Amino acid sequence: MIQNLPWLFLVLPLLVAALDWVFFSKCPKTAATLSILSAAATFGLCIAYLAGLQTGLSDVYVWMPTNTDALDLHLGLVMDPLAMRMMLVVTGIGLLVHIFSIGYMKGDGSNLSRYFAGLSIFMFSMSTIVLADNLAMTFIGWEMVGFSSYLLIGHWFHKASAAEAAKKAFITNRVGDFGFLLGILLTLGVFGTLTFSEMGNVSGAVAPTLLTVMVICLFCGAIGKSAQFPLHVWLPDAMEGPTPVSALIHAATMVAAGVYMMVRLQVSMGTEIFTETACLVITTVGAITAVMAAIIATQQDDIKRVLAYSTLSQLGYMVMAVGLLAGEAAMFHLYTHAWFKALLFLGAGAIIVCCHHEQDIWKMGGLVRRMPLTVLCFLMGTFALIAVPGFSGFFSKEAILDAAIVDHPVFFWIGAGVAAITTFYMTRLCLVAFLGKARAHGAEHAHEAGATMVLPLLALAAMAIISGYGFVADYLVPAEGFTAPGFHFGCTFYVSLGALVLGLVAAIVVYGWGKRERDPLAGNFIATALRNRLYIDAFYDKVLIGGLQNCGARIIEFIDSALIRGLLVQGTAWLVGRVGILLSWLQCGSLRAYACITGLGLLLIIVIIAL
Amino acid sequence: MTIPLAHYLIFSGILFSIGLAGVLIRKNILVVFMCLEMMLSAANISLVAFSRAQGTDGIPVYDAQVLSLFIVAIAAAEVSIGLALIVAMFRATRSVDSTSLNTLKD
Repeated sequence: MIQNLPWLFLVLPLLVAALDWVFFSKCPKTAATLSILSAAATFGLCIAYLAGLQTGLSDVYVWMPTNTDALDLHLGLVMDPLAMRMMLVVTGIGLLVHIFSIGYMKGDGSNLSRYFAGLSIFMFSMSTIVLADNLAMTFIGWEMVGFSSYLLIGHWFHKASAAEAAKKAFITNRVGDFGFLLGILLTLGVFGTLTFSEMGNVSGAVAPTLLTVMVICLFCGAIGKSAQFPLHVWLPDAMEGPTPVSALIHAATMVAAGVYMMVRLQVSMGTEIFTETACLVITTVGAITAVMAAIIATQQDDIKRVLAYSTLSQLGYMVMAVGLLAGEAAMFHLYTHAWFKALLFLGAGAIIVCCHHEQDIWKMGGLVRRMPLTVLCFLMGTFALIAVPGFSGFFSKEAILDAAIVDHPVFFWIGAGVAAITTFYMTRLCLVAFLGKARAHGAEHAHEAGATMVLPLLALAAMAIISGYGFVADYLVPAEGFTAPGFHFGCTFYVSLGALVLGLVAAIVVYGWGKRERDPLAGNFIATALRNRLYIDAFYDKVLIGGLQNCGARIIEFIDSALIRGLLVQGTAWLVGRVGILLSWLQCGSLRAYACITGLGLLLIIVIIAL
Repeated sequence: MTIPLAHYLIFSGILFSIGLAGVLIRKNILVVFMCLEMMLSAANISLVAFSRAQGTDGIPVYDAQVLSLFIVAIAAAEVSIGLALIVAMFRATRSVDSTSLNTLKD
């Protein structure tokens, strides 16, 4: 019985989601309470496991039996430190986001039961990915998080932009998932199994090219889910969803699932499976994403979009670390990033609510005097993100840079450059939104948020500060036998300090101390390109979607009008009509002619019989 | 004196041909109808002629005569229906011209 306790991680949120939607869709308070209780229960269970509760491995159920053992689809859970510590991040942030949601969604006209059911079903799907002991189950969770993300982005579905964004996220993810599915099949071909724990022993005679293709196919899944270039377009649009959702799904957990999955594969397959070419592809994709997203973020005005692009950029870091075979560094950054980015998003959420749903940073200003506690928490997150020494992000970013410095100096300098840009845009955001005087009505009447919103912020702020130090990180970073690197004053330290100072000074020089009314950098063609997201979305819309759609429409038009309508429908009618006209002279209407024909016919019959 | 079978058959053939020609040529539907009767009568004559010719010792083969009786019965039934139709047709169209029966065609 106790052996099956871990299944609670999956069963509880799923059950609650069903209850919320089926029985409590009319009483949101009960639904919210149930969801929060389930999140709290899974969080508690997680802590119990990390604190040493031993149940052994849980039972493995055969879901779809086939005649061969290797192909059976199993449902099983892994309970190693990687999974359990990842679960702590998921359930911990999940719990805080659930609590924050009460404050954030207060007074919102939409159906809150649906919202909390969505959160619970997300918790279920994400736990499935984290705890899955085989790739097939990962894939199930993979699709489920896509679905819950769709539900929650489109929570305000009456807004056209939200509905569009939900659709975009789902479809873009499907593109990556297709590659992932191919990768899973290739994995089955190469290893003969999908179970992580049995992947270690590959038969030696596998062509390196095949391995490269397999890894890249699997990485396709991560490209979609972790929003890497070129499938990154859905993440900024996903900000149409409620902000707590952005914090939980599109910053802390789901988008990190790609990184988690790659690290899980590296751990179970062994890093030697990741060929040099595959690693180069992964690292390059990560680097491109990191640089591109950081640059775009410098010209975004929507506070959530700045954070969204910064998430993209940080995910690029993690993917780079995966490509550099530094899984530990990737997971370290994933873990610190989850805390401080959730903090930033929730902080942004609190600011948005208190400014009466104003998201444009140029219409804020002077918030530091009106909501000091929220702004302070937000600043803690910012310091962690821009890697101020001593904050959590600093240690994890340095771990990634350290992984690159020896063998891949190019990526080291890219990483350092991105760090400088990150500092620049985050400083810009803080200077514009928090200092100076209020530039719009909403910001003038801003006030401190309620307790349900501030308490999660405080908890996350604490984690953003301390989670990089050994006394926390050693126990919580999702990696086997992790030891926090701590301070060491080498080349990396000075370079990242230099990047920090560079970004800070540049931002202060450009944006002043809260005196600017408009963005001084806006207006030229580079800024316009950045504001239009480098025209990548437009390119997809026009060329890929428009082109494919038009091409497909033409083919279907041809089949429809020429073949079906022209040949089949009208052709048959024409043929029948012609035959009718041909035969109609028989019906002349003359009695004598009929008699004649009858007589001749009779004669014919007699002749035939006689012969 | 016995009239040979051939004479009966030739007579019957002539009668049938006149009937057929009348059916094909005449417009008046009453005449067409009478011509039909004539063709039936021609058939009757040949049947009776065969009956006698096939008989032995002055006793005819009665099968053919029974058949001719059936034909007379059928002709009587046909006349009753046919005349009724013609009367109905005349009432409807004020004409007994067979070529005027072409409303379905137009």
